[in-house]
Amino acid sequence: MLNRTKAPHIKDAIEFDLHLKPYDKFVLDNGVEVFAINAGAQEVLQIELVFFAGNSYETQHTVAAATNHLLKNGTSTKSAFQINEHFDYYGAYCTRACYNETATVSLHTLSKHLPVLLPVMKEIITDAVFSEEELATFKQNSKQKLSVNLKKCDFVANRLIDAYLYGEQHPYGKYTKAEDYDVLNTDALKKHFQQYYVQGYCVIFVAGKLPDDIEHQINKNFGTLTLKNHTGLNTGNEKSFNEVPEPVTGSKKRIVNDETGLQGAIRITRPFPNRHHPDFQKVMVLNTVFGGFFGSRLMANIREEKGYTYGIHSYVQNHLGPTAWMISTEAGKDVCEAAIQEIYKEMKVLREELIDEEELLLVRNYLIGIILGDLDGPFHIIGRWKSILLNNLDEQYFYDSIQTIKNISAEELRELAVKYLQPEAFQELVVI
Amino acid sequence: MILYEKFTLSNGLSVIVHEDKSTPMAVIDVIYDVGARDENPGKTGFAHLFEHLMFGGSINIPDYDEPLQMAGGENNAFTTNDLTNYYCQLPAENIETAFWLESDRMLSLAFSEKSLDVQRKVVCEEFKEHYINKPYGDASSKMRELAYTTHPYRWMTIGKELKHVEDVVLQDVKNFFAKHYTPANAVLVVAGNITVEQVKRLAEKWFGPIPAGEKYDRNVQVEPTQTAPRLLEVNAKVPLNALYKTWHIYPRLDKRYYVCDLMTEILGGSGSSRLFQALVKEKKLFSNIECSHYGSTDAGLLSIEGKLVEGVDMKLADAAVLEEIQRLLDGGITDDELQKVKNKTESMLAFEDMSVMSRATSLAMYELLGDANLMNTELERYQAVTAEELIAEGRIVFDDNNSNTIYYFAEN
Repeated sequence: MLNRTKAPHIKDAIEFDLHLKPYDKFVLDNGVEVFAINAGAQEVLQIELVFFAGNSYETQHTVAAATNHLLKNGTSTKSAFQINEHFDYYGAYCTRACYNETATVSLHTLSKHLPVLLPVMKEIITDAVFSEEELATFKQNSKQKLSVNLKKCDFVANRLIDAYLYGEQHPYGKYTKAEDYDVLNTDALKKHFQQYYVQGYCVIFVAGKLPDDIEHQINKNFGTLTLKNHTGLNTGNEKSFNEVPEPVTGSKKRIVNDETGLQGAIRITRPFPNRHHPDFQKVMVLNTVFGGFFGSRLMANIREEKGYTYGIHSYVQNHLGPTAWMISTEAGKDVCEAAIQEIYKEMKVLREELIDEEELLLVRNYLIGIILGDLDGPFHIIGRWKSILLNNLDEQYFYDSIQTIKNISAEELRELAVKYLQPEAFQELVVI
Repeated sequence: MILYEKFTLSNGLSVIVHEDKSTPMAVIDVIYDVGARDENPGKTGFAHLFEHLMFGGSINIPDYDEPLQMAGGENNAFTTNDLTNYYCQLPAENIETAFWLESDRMLSLAFSEKSLDVQRKVVCEEFKEHYINKPYGDASSKMRELAYTTHPYRWMTIGKELKHVEDVVLQDVKNFFAKHYTPANAVLVVAGNITVEQVKRLAEKWFGPIPAGEKYDRNVQVEPTQTAPRLLEVNAKVPLNALYKTWHIYPRLDKRYYVCDLMTEILGGSGSSRLFQALVKEKKLFSNIECSHYGSTDAGLLSIEGKLVEGVDMKLADAAVLEEIQRLLDGGITDDELQKVKNKTESMLAFEDMSVMSRATSLAMYELLGDANLMNTELERYQAVTAEELIAEGRIVFDDNNSNTIYYFAEN
């Protein structure tokens, strides 16, 4: 008779030997580095050009994002429609994104179409024209989108909490207002484009089932451009944010954005050092216990025990520079204050009580299982490499993090909780 | 080509195995043939609430998540108007843990009052977060009520109103479980670094002893053909006027479904699609416009929605949408345009198939539709669509009498 109360034997995930597939690297004629992962069964690939052209480099609000967005909206020989039509015809996705330091242009395509797509990618990063008409449409539609987003408590809370953390003058703390769109002009975009794309620092990541001549194809299209090797960009700032920043204490803000709102967006946060700090990887484990997955203390208490929210999470913001530890949830308006008290209560428990061995083993196994699943497939592998390389780290960092997950003790975790999870180091914000 | 093997247990459970030795992981996907369309109109949102309760402990195992996480796994679930799908992924060595957990909750739940009490609240917060406390959050609900008079697609998966969720009692939960959560109403897919033999052995061991239960006989009322256009005007505290339009299309297995799917790509799928180019870029009447369809098993809706540029008259914007559709029906579709949307479909399917999890879910969904192998013939069905069919179908679907429109006005 089958005994259903007894769990089948498992192999503890911490017994698994995780291996990060090494990249292939080649250097284009102009010195730009390309990191490649050749793997996968499907005939697809992605190529991502990373420029150091994010909003840290702009001199006027939202110029970096506008420039990045409008790259695809016309060159001297093709209209926005013709560019879109070209990628669409081959079933490819050419997307762009703008972050704090970097701005990217990416292509996802069936491998067979690469030769007809790369030349158009090259065209948009060398010959984008930024017409007045395209900018006018962008301004109008961006403002409309912003007006809708400003009605959402979570959107408003995310903007404000970053501004409180870093200050509105900091690239991580500034946010876009409708007036910023009004004053955008094509000259500013063209200047940003010239400096940070055409003459910019660039690094390329490519992954998937790669054709044999991938190096030749990439070099032919991008190796002759005036792009520069990204290691020449002396950011060097990653390592300067490995000190624990001074918290701004005692700030508890309550904002009513919508009188009729039914929920409040809660953000509780403290400044935190970046990946170069020796506590960083250990805190990733503590964070998992606290609010980093479905089985976390915050989820178990505030969702699964009290039903105050659909979801609650804690995480460390993904920044190259200074960063922050954040707790984030949307909870019923009437239970926001109760939820906040429970968050502090969970911090207290972590400071005062040791995590028991079973819970710690569960978190170790869970994290290793997630990493194992996350190393599955070329797109995931290159994503991990990209994060390591852009943060100025190396593969040792990956193996160190595995060791930390496998070996960190309950005592160390409690010490970290005492060091970081002090309520007075956190700021609170609730936006209804 | 996705290879798989299929067998059926004596209790009626269909099992599909898809081997992939390139991954260290294994996936279990269990799909139940029950969705919001199977609900009583007075107790909507139940199938989805029930999905939450499936994590509240089963007859022999007090907690679903913990043992799975201990085995290095993660999981989630979703409910639609047609089906409920549960999936988990874990290191392949630990696959038996997933068999143990999934089979026990198919056998019976713990039916805890506490779990029901908490999940009612959680689902109410989910309801608020996505459909009430958000500008335009009620538009999809209003559109369903306008377009469907009879078919249960007239309410959303999350439910028609909060009260329905609040009023659920434990007896409802027990009845629902007995009626729908039986082997005969489920499909089990196991994929990843496993073998067919291994899955046969484990499926027999864990799922084999579960009593067959009764096959649920669905008797959903058919939506009568719409005979006149419908228009609803809404005033709400939103920043911009918005236009929502839908037209009835065809069931998932109908040949014409594929025609309509390609139609949505031509009209609104991308930066070179017709509505975006004409109405956002050239005429500047909308700040965004999208065309999609519900993808439902029974006859769904083709939908066009967009936000109007400030100052643009609603009727003018509506007329401009219809004009673009007319231009398509009169002017036809070029070979290149048709090839474009077919290429896009081909690449979309290829990207979808990259992850073993996504392959497992697709196999389960197609098997529920009647045959897992539909997954391998899907592309041919799209490739077979002709420009003539698109125009002919367009004339039928975009008939004014088949249309539903919401003018969603910003108050002041």
